[in-house]
Amino acid sequence: MKNFSALSLAREAMRGHKGWEKHWRSPEPKKQYDIIIVGGGGHGLGTAYYLAKEHGLTNIAVLEKGWLGGGNTGRNTTIIRSNYLYDESAGLYNHSLNLWETLSQELNYNVMFSQRGVMMLAHNVHDVQSAQRHIHANRLNGVDNQWLTPQQAKDYCPPLNISKDCRYPVMGAALQRRGGVARHDAVAWGYARKASAMGVDIIQNCEVTGINRAPSGEVTEVETTRGTIGAKKVGIVAAGHTSVLMEMAGVRMPLESYPLQALVSEPVKPVFPCVVMSNAVHAYISQSDKGELVIGAGTDSYLSYSQTGSMHILQHTLDAIVELYPMFSRMKMLRTWGGIVDVTPDRSPILSKTPVKGLYVNCGWGTGGFKATPGSAHVFAHTIAKDAPHHINEGFTLDRFRGGRLIDEAAAAAVAH
Amino acid sequence: MLLIHCPYCEADHPELEFANAGEAHIVRPREMSNMSDEDFEAMFFIRDNPKGVSLERWRHVHGCGRFFNALRHTVSDTFLKVYKAGEARPSNDEIAKLIK
Repeated sequence: MKNFSALSLAREAMRGHKGWEKHWRSPEPKKQYDIIIVGGGGHGLGTAYYLAKEHGLTNIAVLEKGWLGGGNTGRNTTIIRSNYLYDESAGLYNHSLNLWETLSQELNYNVMFSQRGVMMLAHNVHDVQSAQRHIHANRLNGVDNQWLTPQQAKDYCPPLNISKDCRYPVMGAALQRRGGVARHDAVAWGYARKASAMGVDIIQNCEVTGINRAPSGEVTEVETTRGTIGAKKVGIVAAGHTSVLMEMAGVRMPLESYPLQALVSEPVKPVFPCVVMSNAVHAYISQSDKGELVIGAGTDSYLSYSQTGSMHILQHTLDAIVELYPMFSRMKMLRTWGGIVDVTPDRSPILSKTPVKGLYVNCGWGTGGFKATPGSAHVFAHTIAKDAPHHINEGFTLDRFRGGRLIDEAAAAAVAH
Repeated sequence: MLLIHCPYCEADHPELEFANAGEAHIVRPREMSNMSDEDFEAMFFIRDNPKGVSLERWRHVHGCGRFFNALRHTVSDTFLKVYKAGEARPSNDEIAKLIK
């Protein structure tokens, strides 16, 4: 693998960029691997990378039914923050945020991580109380988060409308300055490139159609559209399709899959300096380096695998965007799309062993998995390699729903997040 | 937006009049305190989440206000059948026929 450096960039610039090599190999699948990761998004590729780097395991395949990062990794609004309420969540998401800060250097790949700050608006008394409770809990957990008055919020984000007669009046905001955005494709590509260089086989256009188990119960192989492949351990990192894959191994999941939508506007000059979220009215917005406004909307109310969503969901979001940022009322929207998100009953993820020996699952990230990519991949690799959870993901088990030990971020936020 | 047929009102209405109420035909036990943790988990948390035909409850909240059940395909979002609450779950044979 050729390293990116100022020198190599200059050399390639002089000779028409003809010397770059492919970022990852595309080998034929072998007959047998030690570990198979199902799902070639950020979490899956990251898992393979950390298995190779931290645990010295390289006889690994990542199977992806489409193209790398073509699922929710390439469909989200790239918001990164760690200001969750409960101790377990703060631990996991802050672990991730710490890894984000050095990810570009670690991968020798610019993931364009930009800590421009994530501001969460409060529109009513309940929002204010909930945001302040989060801020206090965050500070106790060493997670940065601060309260802003409406004027301070406007100073931080000038396009914001804080007038009293606004349909969604701004009563204050919680600001996490370490939060921000990153380039989602680059995260998948950066992990894939490094993992491939360490010997991980990345196999695209390879859909898993079955998971076979020995009479004694453990997983032995997966059936795919490119033949049967043996494996001692299988990690499922398949977001919206987790229930479908786990069913193949005979495990029923506490998950429901919904379409979540996002959209981007035409590109304009820099106008929007940070990320602003409004949970109460489901409007998330930031501006990409290309100049597009990137807007996150809500989920549909019913199960679906359609990778699209309803127009009225977008309309609801844009109503709120125009009200909160009147200057955008004449912007044209260029593209809308949907991704299928797998939602758990407590809105916290599952990073866990399963009742099936050799089968592991990383799922349930719901509407907010991108921010957790490095942390999730790091602790999931540990879980697979050691056959035991890392202390950071100890609470995020599959059987917490049986014991009742939920990590109830759903109740904490009172909305999808 | 979906166009949904309410079996009570016997008319098609836009999705905005309805609320999805999750998986259908989950029986709430009479003696919940006697349930094992496994049974409670299966009843309360575990869901089919099918990529295919979903048996689900809807409520016509901004209309007659009543609950009914529906069969809907989760890839095309097409409604295959709606029926009143209390009617028997369609057999697997019947569901297979509806998909064709």
